[in-house]
Amino acid sequence: MNAVRIVLVGFVLHLKMLSRSAFTGILGVIWPLFFATTAFFMFRTRHDPSALLYASLGASVMGIWSATSVTASSAIQRQRWEGTLEPIVATPAHFSLVQLPIAIAMSTIGIYSMASTLLWGRLLFGIHLRMVHPLLFCLAVPVTIVSIGMLGFLLSVTVVRYRTAWALGNALEYPIWLVCGFLVPLSLFPGWVRPISWALAPTWGVRAIREAALGGSPLWDVAACAALGLGYGVIGALLVGTVLRSARARATLSLT
Amino acid sequence: MSSIRIFFVGGLTSYRALFGWLSPWILIPTFCVAPLFQILLFAYIGRTTHLESDKFYVVGNALQYASLPCLFAMAQTIDGERYQKTLSVILATPAPRLPLFLGRSLPVIANGILVSAFAFTVGALLLGVHVPTGSLGSLALVIAVTAFACTGLGLVNAAVGLRFRDTAVSSNLFFGFLLVFCGVNVPLHNLPGWMSTLAQGVPLTHGIEAARKLADGSSLGDVRRLVAAEAFIGLIYATVGYGCIRLMERVSRQRAALEVA
Repeated sequence: MNAVRIVLVGFVLHLKMLSRSAFTGILGVIWPLFFATTAFFMFRTRHDPSALLYASLGASVMGIWSATSVTASSAIQRQRWEGTLEPIVATPAHFSLVQLPIAIAMSTIGIYSMASTLLWGRLLFGIHLRMVHPLLFCLAVPVTIVSIGMLGFLLSVTVVRYRTAWALGNALEYPIWLVCGFLVPLSLFPGWVRPISWALAPTWGVRAIREAALGGSPLWDVAACAALGLGYGVIGALLVGTVLRSARARATLSLT
Repeated sequence: MSSIRIFFVGGLTSYRALFGWLSPWILIPTFCVAPLFQILLFAYIGRTTHLESDKFYVVGNALQYASLPCLFAMAQTIDGERYQKTLSVILATPAPRLPLFLGRSLPVIANGILVSAFAFTVGALLLGVHVPTGSLGSLALVIAVTAFACTGLGLVNAAVGLRFRDTAVSSNLFFGFLLVFCGVNVPLHNLPGWMSTLAQGVPLTHGIEAARKLADGSSLGDVRRLVAAEAFIGLIYATVGYGCIRLMERVSRQRAALEVA
């Protein structure tokens, strides 16, 4: 019960804090729109409304990953700057219970971007969002958000000893957009890329969202996305113990 | 003599201080990995939409990435000084402002050229894009002129940094604006008329067009008007940017807002 309270309170607190940040708030909404706009102009030349809807749905998930990648990778470094890392590590609560809601709050901020991208496509490019399975769409979106948050959590604990992790998070933005098939079908990539795509929850998330909207059977994709997200969470929670033990033993938690 | 010293020594010192934190752990992801993946992302979208060839995206995105250091580093010359608590000290000195600010732009232009050249070379190798060997020298010149023009826009961005705290936001907005408007990934004739018209007055547009023609085998003489237009636009932005910096400096002093903008 205490663990649930920590996660819920942490989630709401960080969602409020992130909503007040110009970087994650304003830029988080506008930044993916630049790429979505470019993609819409490119797809528009095909004169195929379904291609534009395909692009619109993919571009809307790009914002969720953008909101997560940079902020999640620098989450621990930011706690170092703010001087809260050591007190948080010293508390009796498991560190992952503190870190997990931060990462999920970050990916949840991406929902602003998702909504604005779909609205942008509707108003400026006339892309009508029709849903074949609206209920499954409403299931696929939160599952994708939480799974991307879990990936952000795993990323944040993996780079705990990496002082300039924000740069890595920044550089991971495009590769995930690319290999998860947000705007490009996976069949276009060389064969060796596909197993990498399958191991990434956003691949299944965007597929579930597309199949829920365009028609298909998204349940398996939703399940795969949720399972991978859960896997990231478990690996992250196990990893955090090892990383923190090592940092405590070497007195390198603050990296000073 | 003092102005020349401020221009070269001051510019170099500021650049070293600015990038004192620039370890390979930041340099490689930011200046090497990100531009390559931007090229790959749009080249693959291009393959999906059958809009243009890979060469179109390699040239467009490699040149657009010249703007990254030009926008961010120029803004950081103001924002970074504020963060280090040295902005008011610098602006209190009697040093002439022209060499003080323009000196800081010279290493940034070199940085932009290197990033763009790297992205162009490796992007072309990855996607198997062939460029005539005879065009490489001219392409290097176009990249240099484009980096200069983007640094002009960077000076405007630096002026914004004197009045607004979060230059990371403004730099990203300028970067995104250039991505959409300058024909980086969408031919100008496929953009709405007002966008392609607006693009004529923005850095990058003419540079990218010139580089694409050179990559297709045109000579430097064939694109001289485009290169001149890019240089002229850069000069206008640099002049406006410098003027804005002086104006914002005065306003910040009057309102005692140098440190709290």
